[in-house]
Amino acid sequence: MAAINRILVLGATSAIAERWCRLRAAAGDSFLLVARDGDKLAAIAADLTARGATVGTSTEDLADTADADTRFSRWTGTLGGIDTVFLAYGILGDQQEAQSDTAALARGLQANFTSAVVWCELAARAFELAGAGTLVAISSVAGDRGRRTNYAYGAAKAGLSTYLEGMAHRFAGTEITVICVKPGFVATPMTAHIDGRDGPLWATPDQVAEDIEKAVRKRRPEIYTRWFWRFVMLVIRHLPRPIFNKMKI
Amino acid sequence: MTAREDLNVLAWGRVHRGRHFVSDPATRNGVGAAIRETAEAGASTLAHGLGRSYGDSGLNLGGGLVRTTGLDRLIAFDRAAGIVRADAGLSLDALLRVTVPAGWFVPVTPGTKFVTLGGAVANDVHGKNHHLAGTFGSHVTRFGLWRSDRGEIECAPDENADLFALTIGGFGLTGVITWVEVRLERIASAMLEVENIPVDDLDAFFSLSERSDSWPFTVAWVDTLARGERLGRGIFSRGRWAGNGGLNPHRSGGPRLPLDAPGGLLNSLTVGAFNRLYRARPGARFHGRQHYDPFFYPLDRLRDWNRMYGSRGFYQWQCAIPTAHMREAVRVLLDTVAASGDASFLAVLKTFGDAPSPGVLSFPMSGATLALDFANRGADTLSLLSRLDRVVAEAGGRLYPAKDGRLPQAMFRAGFPRWTELEAARDPILMSSFWRRMTEEA
Ligand SMILES: Cc1cc2nc3c(=O)[nH]c(=O)nc-3n(C[C@H](O)[C@H](O)[C@H](O)COP(=O)(O)OP(=O)(O)OC[C@H]3O[C@@H](n4cnc5c(N)ncnc54)[C@H](O)[C@@H]3O)c2cc1C
Ligand SMILES: NC(=O)c1ccc[n+]([C@@H]2O[C@H](COP(=O)([O-])OP(=O)(O)OC[C@H]3O[C@@H](n4cnc5c(N)ncnc54)[C@H](OP(=O)(O)O)[C@@H]3O)[C@@H](O)[C@H]2O)c1
Repeated sequence: MAAINRILVLGATSAIAERWCRLRAAAGDSFLLVARDGDKLAAIAADLTARGATVGTSTEDLADTADADTRFSRWTGTLGGIDTVFLAYGILGDQQEAQSDTAALARGLQANFTSAVVWCELAARAFELAGAGTLVAISSVAGDRGRRTNYAYGAAKAGLSTYLEGMAHRFAGTEITVICVKPGFVATPMTAHIDGRDGPLWATPDQVAEDIEKAVRKRRPEIYTRWFWRFVMLVIRHLPRPIFNKMKI
Repeated sequence: MTAREDLNVLAWGRVHRGRHFVSDPATRNGVGAAIRETAEAGASTLAHGLGRSYGDSGLNLGGGLVRTTGLDRLIAFDRAAGIVRADAGLSLDALLRVTVPAGWFVPVTPGTKFVTLGGAVANDVHGKNHHLAGTFGSHVTRFGLWRSDRGEIECAPDENADLFALTIGGFGLTGVITWVEVRLERIASAMLEVENIPVDDLDAFFSLSERSDSWPFTVAWVDTLARGERLGRGIFSRGRWAGNGGLNPHRSGGPRLPLDAPGGLLNSLTVGAFNRLYRARPGARFHGRQHYDPFFYPLDRLRDWNRMYGSRGFYQWQCAIPTAHMREAVRVLLDTVAASGDASFLAVLKTFGDAPSPGVLSFPMSGATLALDFANRGADTLSLLSRLDRVVAEAGGRLYPAKDGRLPQAMFRAGFPRWTELEAARDPILMSSFWRRMTEEA
């Protein structure tokens, strides 16, 4: 039997995060769930509790990094130490809006990049003190190459991916694991407005959660989920510019 | 938020399909808004679970739909008492993964685990243990109901008792069920002791059925191509929970059928071959242990199996016949099917018990039930079904609206004489394609 894990979930209302927590709940793990939608958070907490987990919640805006150090220590205190940090929140935003509304552009970067790496760095500090820990953060395949339809979001995720890559490098050979998760298309509330979500490229949040859990067990620094996105993105990254420029992706 | 237009919402039989304005509430508190916005876009609305109803009772063509599958959370699980309270959109598939390891099973289950708790209540579903356990609704202790005229209320045998009874088997028309509390059944293991016994004719079925009364789970699969003396031959299957064997829940689903089978894979030739093989296979005489997944849910192994019938879809038809006439009526029904040459791929025969359901419009009645399905061959199929209807009407039986998409109004009203009570208690904003057909004046 593995010891009970103390898990901090940032953006616990994310469909992917919720499904991953369910995978862990039966093992009796202890969670602190943080998100900004208190109603949904309470429903998720009740569910995980009924499944066997110990659950606390905190309703906070995670894009806001004011008093970040104090808040992070408060979370650590509540859990009595942290073994795992799972960072899942993010906003897809609208590329057109980002191009015409500078405040929206800045909001996206603050949510998907700036605040995210602040929490990652605080997690790293806590793990360094404890000598061990696992950081899982959800980035995106969108960060692998800038595309006209979503480069504002993509650039923020690229920044997050690079940050995590650097951290994984820093902690190589230690008891600290850093995992960058790159999902492709996932049918979650974030993509509810998109048609054709039952197509072959789409995954369910359950499938993604299972892929993530596998990566955690194997301590993989980077995963694409579903797996084929590694190859899809390999191709997209290497498309010659003249061809790439003709594509409406 | 506004409702999304979906041009092709399908019922399980794939004959009924079409445009709806859909919302997917993410929490129970979002149900009120989802009802409002879908009804605004579509003039009326209806709750929709996993869409496992075959005909038009889960659809509201041209209108709104509140899809409940995002309401999939547990609220509380008392592992000592075996009482679980959960969102109405939670599937039995998800529920069992949690309760089985703790030694609890749903007290009644239909032949697929891909149904929601709300759907199980709204159709007051029955299972292989109806003769002992009654319907699903008999084990429901409480539920939440969102009505457009009253907001969210609680219903129990001693609270809003009229709405409690009308919602169980109420086809989703009394309100949107937000959560359900149900009393589970204790199990010592996830395995069952199973006996499959070939039966040679209908009499053999009925007498074996009687002798198997102490077995909690019984059902028979019938070869619909057998005629004359062989009429009603098939395989009788009975099971009971095993005393040991571990509490491992089922694993996630097998392969999916990715496309509609060309022209419908199933014609009477293939059905005939299948039926012969089925009876000849070693499983036909199986005595031993089986996990609950293949025992209760054999069809779940091939997801989207309903696509086997091709793009025109299929009709499912299920009747209940009162005890006094069941032997004769089932004989005539099977005769009619055999004579038509239109084989039914799945023919399931079972006796119902006399446990009353709290539901006012519950389908089961003490007697026998026969379920058939037929590829949609247009007018020919419909005419065969109306010949079967007549037999049921004469025997004083009724048809199961969850399985039927063309159940005639007169037949429905005769089978469910208390339908007017449901109409009177209906939430004025809720409507289904089925209910429109049952209530519109000629
Ligand atoms: C392979 C297979 C085997 C089956 N075997 C059996 C069987 O053995 N016994 C049996 O009884 N049935 C059986 N069924 C039928 C099935 O159990 C019912 O149709 C069930 O109601 C489907 O549940 P659902 O969640 O898919 O609901 P849907 O089909 O989506 O909806 C069914 C009805 O419930 C209503 N509803 C759904 N959710 C709510 C809610 N939250 N609030 C209010 N109303 C709601 C809908 O309006 C609709 O009227 C079987 C179906 C299949 C596909
Ligand atoms: N779905 C996909 O196709 C896809 C693909 C690649 C990557 N991803 C990434 O996967 C992660 C999880 O997303 P998902 O797919 O699970 O979608 P989701 O269910 O919409 O989850 C995103 C969650 O982030 C929360 N959030 C956003 N901003 C927040 C803030 N400032 N403070 C607190 N919480 C905040 C949202 O809460 P609210 O409800 O309060 O807004 C929402 O619950 C995201 O980082 C996303 O970028 C998703």
